[in-house]
Amino acid sequence: MSERPKAAPYLLAGPTALVFLGLVLIPLAMTVLLSFYDWGQYKGIVPEWTLKNWREMVADDYFASVFLRTFRIAILVTLACVAIGVPEAYILNRLSPGWRSVSLLAILGPLLVSVVARTLGWALLFGSTGVVNQGLMKLGLIAAPLPFMFTETGVIVTLTHVLAPFMVLAVWAALQRLDPQVENAAGSLGASAFTTWRRVILPQIVPGVLSGSVIVFALAASAFASPAIIGGRRLKVAATLAYDEFLNTLNWPLGAAVATLLLVALVAIIVGSNRLIERRYAQVFE
Amino acid sequence: MPYIALERLTKRYGDHLAVDALDLAVEKGEFISLLGPSGCGKTTTLQMIAGFVEPTGGRVMLDGVDLGAMKPNRRGLGIVFQSYALFPHMTAAENVAFGLEMRDVPRAEREKRVAETLALVGLSGFADRYPKRMSGGQQQRVALARALVIKPAILLLDEPLSNLDAKLREEMQIELRSIQRISGATTILVTHDQAEAMALSDRIVLMNKGRVEQIARPDEAYARPASAFVANFLGKTNLLNGAIESTPQGPVLVVGGLRLPAPAGAGSGPQSVAVRPERIAFASGTAGVSGRVTMRVFQGLHWLLQVDSEAGPLTLVRPNDGSPVPAEGETVALTFSTQDFALLPAGDAP
Repeated sequence: MSERPKAAPYLLAGPTALVFLGLVLIPLAMTVLLSFYDWGQYKGIVPEWTLKNWREMVADDYFASVFLRTFRIAILVTLACVAIGVPEAYILNRLSPGWRSVSLLAILGPLLVSVVARTLGWALLFGSTGVVNQGLMKLGLIAAPLPFMFTETGVIVTLTHVLAPFMVLAVWAALQRLDPQVENAAGSLGASAFTTWRRVILPQIVPGVLSGSVIVFALAASAFASPAIIGGRRLKVAATLAYDEFLNTLNWPLGAAVATLLLVALVAIIVGSNRLIERRYAQVFE
Repeated sequence: MPYIALERLTKRYGDHLAVDALDLAVEKGEFISLLGPSGCGKTTTLQMIAGFVEPTGGRVMLDGVDLGAMKPNRRGLGIVFQSYALFPHMTAAENVAFGLEMRDVPRAEREKRVAETLALVGLSGFADRYPKRMSGGQQQRVALARALVIKPAILLLDEPLSNLDAKLREEMQIELRSIQRISGATTILVTHDQAEAMALSDRIVLMNKGRVEQIARPDEAYARPASAFVANFLGKTNLLNGAIESTPQGPVLVVGGLRLPAPAGAGSGPQSVAVRPERIAFASGTAGVSGRVTMRVFQGLHWLLQVDSEAGPLTLVRPNDGSPVPAEGETVALTFSTQDFALLPAGDAP
């Protein structure tokens, strides 16, 4: 040990690296390899190099429509989480310590409940025989149940509910780094509450909003449980599509291709948008 | 009519009286310091003037107008915060321009005034720097420029120099005074640093536990403290045990072996006598307060002596001007003159 101190960092990082290699990198590499294998109804998976799966995804509009829907949902969920989470974090930051811990519990509490349970809750509320629809129909306010199940709106509402806490936490962390006096400073210089928010507070919490958006976007685009329950078979997203290819059609190579494409697209979008916004707000990030 | 008038201004937090019926009149262009230890109510007073804290009672009058119903962003006051509270995502020039933008000052005039004010605080070359790339002193100047550029009715300074190192603080004191003179802004400074308050202000408001102890010119408050608290807070002082005796020639102050004519109306009986260390001299004869030197410390500019005297322990400072200085253990007789002491009620311990 002592005669080769240069090896120490590698030895110390070694166990983690091995776990990461074994549990993340190797399966990932195998998935990517798998996407280039051949598959047939009767011959199963054939380890032969082919671009068949990738060609199929490009050629068939069905895949394009699923990916488009996935990212449309992810973007709308992210926007909804920004719209809800940023004011929520701001209010949270201004509450008295007692109320803050109560509110924090209310925000974080749902994270302790399984996503499946929370999604089923929405289904119970808004399904065609759910409490809300039945109630509204009894009151005579609507003639037919509101469409919620098997709609994009339903998936977006559910995912927003599931993911908003991540946005609140990220923005709250940014708000805590703010000098509490800057608001008074802006006020003393004649700025209204709204102007103070727009010109002074918001630009300083952009890093928090951005990191929250990355988390929410990535989780929404790769979400499985909520789209599977609310969207069902009719309304597929990339994650449920890959699942079906793997476990229903048993076309593992095509499922692997879908999963790989989702991963590559996600990384590209997140890195790209990060670069763009970091350049715009460089001085806040220092 | 005074320019700013605080009338029985009071702030109560539950049972705690943070500011107790404060009265203060400030003339236009005056530089006032609110001085006191932490928790004395000086910052609360400043925040009530600024409008960040609502008074429990009393009024803040500016030029005859009650500011009570006015929100902070309508009061038009310039404030320099202890943390500076600069906008980190704006350059120095953008920070300074912010208040003018809020007032819809046209761009050309805005740029001219920003440049002028940055020049006033000595930051002409730093317009495009972000606060994070500036030193503490430079950030402090940006904060000052940002407050001054709107030509505020009152300039409020909340411990503005407390985050600077000692040398820079002294430089900024001189600069702050000259900038205030040039701009003519009526200024209220909150500080716990007595040297800063004395160096900068026209008048000092000494506060303790929410109450005003004394409002006076710095030299006045220093020479004639109104209470033991003021005597101790403003520089160093000695509190000696003395008494007033009535004689046919008028009242006489007796401190140990020293007899001095007392001011008329000084009352009678035991007194606390406040004397500054630098105003105590060695008596030529034996008619003085006698005592024994317990410690002698050389400090370059002067000698510091501690004396166990018949009127109580005291400290005195003698200039290092070549005159002989008694050694430790030597017996001395001390004296001070009529205009150099202040009488405080006996037992008025700080």
